[in-house]
Amino acid sequence: MFGEGILKGLAETARNFGGSFVSAERLTTVQYPEERLPQIEAARNFPFLVYDGADWEAGLRCVACQICEKECPPKCIYIEKSVDKKPDYTGKPQIYPTRFDIDISVCMSCQICVEVCPFEAIKMDTEFELSTTDRFGGLLYDRKELAKSNEHYHKIHPTEATEVDARLAEEKAKAEAKAKAAAETAAAKAAAAATATKTAGGELKA
Amino acid sequence: MIENADQIFVLLQHWVMSFFPPALQHVVGVLISVVAIICVFPALFAISVLLERKGLGRMQNRYGPNRVGPLGILQPVADGLKSLTKEDIVPTSADGVVHFLAPVFLVVVVFMGYAVLPMGRNMTLVNLDAGLLFFFAMGASTELSVFMAGWSSRNKYSLLGAMRAVAQMISYEVPLLLASLVVVMMTGSMNLGRIVDVQNQYTWGLPHWYIFTPWGFAAFLLYATATTAESNRSPFDLPEGESELVAGYFTEYSGFKFALFFLGEYVGMLSVSGLGATLFLGGWSAPFSFLTWVPSWIWFFGKVMLSICVFIWLRGTLPRLRQDQLMNFAWKFVLPLSLLNLFVAGLWRFLGEGFARWGVCSAILLVAYFAMAKVGMRKESFGPRSYRYAE
Amino acid sequence: MTIVFYLIAAITVAGALAAVLLKNTVHCALALTVAFAGLAIQFLELDAQFAGFAQILVYIGAVAILVVFAILLTRGSETPKGGVFSKSWLAGLIIAAMVFAVLGWAVLNSTSVLPNETAKPAVSVLDIGNALMGRYVLPLEIVAVLLTSALIGAVIVAKHEKGSAK
Repeated sequence: MFGEGILKGLAETARNFGGSFVSAERLTTVQYPEERLPQIEAARNFPFLVYDGADWEAGLRCVACQICEKECPPKCIYIEKSVDKKPDYTGKPQIYPTRFDIDISVCMSCQICVEVCPFEAIKMDTEFELSTTDRFGGLLYDRKELAKSNEHYHKIHPTEATEVDARLAEEKAKAEAKAKAAAETAAAKAAAAATATKTAGGELKA
Repeated sequence: MIENADQIFVLLQHWVMSFFPPALQHVVGVLISVVAIICVFPALFAISVLLERKGLGRMQNRYGPNRVGPLGILQPVADGLKSLTKEDIVPTSADGVVHFLAPVFLVVVVFMGYAVLPMGRNMTLVNLDAGLLFFFAMGASTELSVFMAGWSSRNKYSLLGAMRAVAQMISYEVPLLLASLVVVMMTGSMNLGRIVDVQNQYTWGLPHWYIFTPWGFAAFLLYATATTAESNRSPFDLPEGESELVAGYFTEYSGFKFALFFLGEYVGMLSVSGLGATLFLGGWSAPFSFLTWVPSWIWFFGKVMLSICVFIWLRGTLPRLRQDQLMNFAWKFVLPLSLLNLFVAGLWRFLGEGFARWGVCSAILLVAYFAMAKVGMRKESFGPRSYRYAE
Repeated sequence: MTIVFYLIAAITVAGALAAVLLKNTVHCALALTVAFAGLAIQFLELDAQFAGFAQILVYIGAVAILVVFAILLTRGSETPKGGVFSKSWLAGLIIAAMVFAVLGWAVLNSTSVLPNETAKPAVSVLDIGNALMGRYVLPLEIVAVLLTSALIGAVIVAKHEKGSAK
């Protein structure tokens, strides 16, 4: 009432003014195009397709099961299947998508496609500086633009990526173990069949 | 050498005048001073706009504009270019002549105020005997231009803003005049050059500035409050409050006319800062007697820019006052205090030299301040709502 | 010097004529402001600095605003339907002519009474102040009382009566 509030306010603003030259706490501006704030790990913007290894076509994890296409709420994904097959990470031959388009002007970043994918093939990217001057096809991303390596996935979501890698490695080990067991039983059966025929052949002779 | 540095502009003016025949010399001299004022003060306006934006930004924990030049120095140039090249939209139903004349009138009247300010030793354009009265006459005419702007736009929000602005300016005009009147009373003259001369004396190294006396300090605070209200500056900027009435009375102005209003407001702010410096801070006199070697015009402009910085500081700190709070403040607090200040100044003269008068005057002013604050700024108790119907 | 006088007089008379002849009432008020300004410049031309600047400060800065507020807050800005000339215009014209004749007679007689002075008397603000506080202090106080009573009257008229309206 006597003006001391005004004086306190003036002192605070003066402190802000002086402090903005010396301490970062008083000047929190990030000058945008030159500096960028790092994004937190759970940030997400639009999806991308993960591929293992160096060749994006050979290592693409997507097997064109079309579950994401069906689950997508605004239906922004369009998939065309291939006719031939190529082996996936466990060695099993799988079909692959010849066409995988996402219209990111429609995509609402709900992450449902990521949640339903059984093959850990589609994940959320954090890239947001996506503006383009081509208003007709500029925001329609095709298979080549969407494919990004596993190393990129590790860089943007490290914990998630290591988890996914561990899971995939486990399944691969399990599949290999199963294959080895199957091979062993097959070999044992073949050996048994061979000895059976040998003894059978021996019996016939005798 | 020091003399020359102090009088450099006067010497330049005389040198240019010497090229002309004696019959024309006076006219040429006046023309040179006028051109100098018209060049210097808009440059100061550009500097203060930049200072304001960067200063406000720093106070609000952000950078101000920093893209246009190094540290954003060329931002006023960019702003000026923008307002020059924008389309000048005049609403169809607006009153064309008055709509055009309002910013012109404002700028003319505001620049006239500079004619009597003593900007340095021997650097007054016209040393009028009734200089202070002239200055306030020009200040009063700005209200008319505000009203013209608001009314001619045929926009009820503009008109509302104009009414509020005029009411505010009229309310704070009386305390402004009374606060300045104290200085006139103690000096014995309305001549601004004489007021500065009286303050240009030193005792023990300290100057006789009026701000260092109790009544002068009170008058300075009242003057600062009143001029903040007169220039529609935060915290009294309800008429042009950007979040309230779009832009108040200059909503319908675009392009260069808007820039003229902006120019008029800031140039007005500079001119009342100049008057405040003249009346209370000793005009062009140095703060200590050992600093009199610095040219006088440096001190004057330094004081003006310091006042601008204080204006910016106040803007960054205080929230906006509501219209009724503003008016209450004017009539119930500022006006009685300024009347009391007149009485205290008379008492000061009456008590004669010595330490007694310092104590008595300060005591009266402090007691009055606290009493008025308690009584005059009491919150109103609201009763049940009453209605009054139009007959 | 007389050229300046005629020029300023022309502006003043033009402003005053516009103030009665224009259709839009606010335009009339602004033209009246021009007339006030012309009068102020006349005062300044006669070296009456205080009178001139006080004219600007009071008339243009306050009275003109008052006139404009009065126009806006009442319904004066609408043009009247029945025309602006009243039925008894002849009587009005005669009375106006009589008033003008009286004023003209007073002015012309006064200059013939006073000796012709070519030098303007220099009246400084100090002299005005001394006169107001010395010789004319009673009129000053009476005017002050009048202004105060007008102010109080205005506040009473504008104030909401307590409890009179529901």
